[in-house]
Amino acid sequence: MKRQRSRWLELLLVVVVLTLVGILVNNLAVNLIRTGLGLSFEWLWQPAGFALSEHTLPYQPGDSTAWALLVSWLNSLRVIACSIVFATVLGVGAGAARRSINPLLRQLAGLYVGLIRQIPLLLQLLFWYFVAFLGLPSEPLAPIGALIRLSNQGVSILGLTLSVEFSAVLVGLSVFTGAAIAEVVRGGLDSVPRGQWEAFRSLGIGEALGLRRVVLPQALPAILPALSSQYLNLAKNSTLAIAVGYADLYAVSDTTITQTGRAIEGFLILLLSFLALNLLINGGMQLLNRIVVHPAQRT
Amino acid sequence: MTKRRSLVALLSIGLAMSACASLGEGSASRIDLIKKRGELRCGVSGKIPGFSFLQRDGRYAGLDVDLCKAFAAAIMGDPNKVQYRPLTAPERFTALKTGEIDLLSRNTTFNLSRDASGGNGVTFAPVVFHDGQGLLVRKNSGIRSLADLKGQSICVGSGTTTEQNLNDAFQSLGLPYKPIKYQDLNQVVAGYLQGRCQAMTSDRSQLASARSGFERPEEHEILTDVLSKEPLAPLSSGGDQRLSDAMRWVVYGLITAEEMGITQANVDDKLQEARENPDLTKLRRFLGIEGDLGTKLGLSNDFVVNVIRATGNYGEIYNRHLGPDSAVPIPRGLNQLHRDGGVITAPPFQ
Repeated sequence: MKRQRSRWLELLLVVVVLTLVGILVNNLAVNLIRTGLGLSFEWLWQPAGFALSEHTLPYQPGDSTAWALLVSWLNSLRVIACSIVFATVLGVGAGAARRSINPLLRQLAGLYVGLIRQIPLLLQLLFWYFVAFLGLPSEPLAPIGALIRLSNQGVSILGLTLSVEFSAVLVGLSVFTGAAIAEVVRGGLDSVPRGQWEAFRSLGIGEALGLRRVVLPQALPAILPALSSQYLNLAKNSTLAIAVGYADLYAVSDTTITQTGRAIEGFLILLLSFLALNLLINGGMQLLNRIVVHPAQRT
Repeated sequence: MTKRRSLVALLSIGLAMSACASLGEGSASRIDLIKKRGELRCGVSGKIPGFSFLQRDGRYAGLDVDLCKAFAAAIMGDPNKVQYRPLTAPERFTALKTGEIDLLSRNTTFNLSRDASGGNGVTFAPVVFHDGQGLLVRKNSGIRSLADLKGQSICVGSGTTTEQNLNDAFQSLGLPYKPIKYQDLNQVVAGYLQGRCQAMTSDRSQLASARSGFERPEEHEILTDVLSKEPLAPLSSGGDQRLSDAMRWVVYGLITAEEMGITQANVDDKLQEARENPDLTKLRRFLGIEGDLGTKLGLSNDFVVNVIRATGNYGEIYNRHLGPDSAVPIPRGLNQLHRDGGVITAPPFQ
């Protein structure tokens, strides 16, 4: 009887889902026909007709739109990858500091997490870009010799030149996601029984070593799943880069959509590109999960 | 076996339901919908002084806003029955296509890709402001022409034709440049004022209105190079002839009123005069006392009177928001009537 009922529920669910999908697809098809637009991707091979302020691969305005989109996808990937590294370092540091025996460190980390989590990311990006980076003088500041040169025309670290737009997005995303990761790490550390901390301290093992060898390995299974969702969030949040002039995938799609009028195709490509990006991150995290989490806990 | 049969049944139910979902959409004009709703939903920018800008009292004002009022007055006889929807440049066509707004009156350039059914597929009303893309630079920068901007950064807004025009101009001269693209004009202005770019580009009217908000407007100048023709016009979603015809003739009505010297102040006197004198046939037709011009459009026969009472004629609208005494003075130039040396003219009301 029970099985029967769940079967009916399943059936009902399938009907509802299929109907919804049917309505959406039909709506799209009907409206495309009504407005005389079929789906077409030919515009991808037309010349893009706009310049990009930064690109890792060679790019000219005469190159195809598809190439422009790929170049901008790499721009997105570049800022996301760098931000993930910085956010992780910052987040793990701040998360661990919140459980430190040093009260100053604890307070500072608490302040950072509390402050950053209360402010919308868009505001923070605008702050980093318009106030912090564009507020720099146009003549480069070089606080430690020629190692770092800062100006509102660009940032140069050890000869590596970064645009202010890239730097602002990088700092904004790292600081924002770092605060979220700090909470994930703190939660993970709290999941380790108090006795484990007391045990290594009573053995005379230092804080840093104890954290690394005793607590973190036990906390990782709790941290990793939440961490990967923070990485996915970071990737999605990177689309806010358009607000501060960084030529990421979203900004460039936005231009091509307006120039070609192909909104549906443009958004489909955008969706698929982000799907690919997030699957990449997800795959990486699952690999990490498999390597890091103790085999016994995997069962 | 039963499983497969139920699946088939299921699919057919789903298909049947989704087919029904779209049957409700008839071919009635949006004008009927606007009348039934008792409100015109008009897409504006809301951020361009002189065209559409939020005033201290919380109302929108500007040339684009007055056009919304004129359309509402023509369709419903009341210029205040308008709901303004502030939209960014990339949002505007989607809002129009999805029917979220009835029409768009938002500094939109009339061009082929937007008009064509294979492009955005919208329908434009006549041009209400002839603009051109320009560049704003600091006077002390030493930049006097496009060639001086070789290899420099230029701040530009997204989702507009400006990006393409900028590229066309620089590419044809063989000059490299760096576009710093923001989503919104305010950010373009901020990037320029903060010194990120040596120049900012937009339509010259927008540059003038942006500069009017600077702390020291006199330190900036608009280069004489004009990168493009930017005829700005209101528009509706394509395929609704009644609505697009009504919009077209409301704009022509505003222009004709200026040609005939009919203003907000004297429209009632003119109406009286036309009623009393049956020989003034041209005026009588225009004001809807004789003939059926308004009715042919599906509007009230005297829609022109409602429009002029609401906003005044084209010249009055222009002077109110962009004239020499307004906050954003832009010389009328091309936007003068044809008889005064401009390109503004209207076909006959016959």
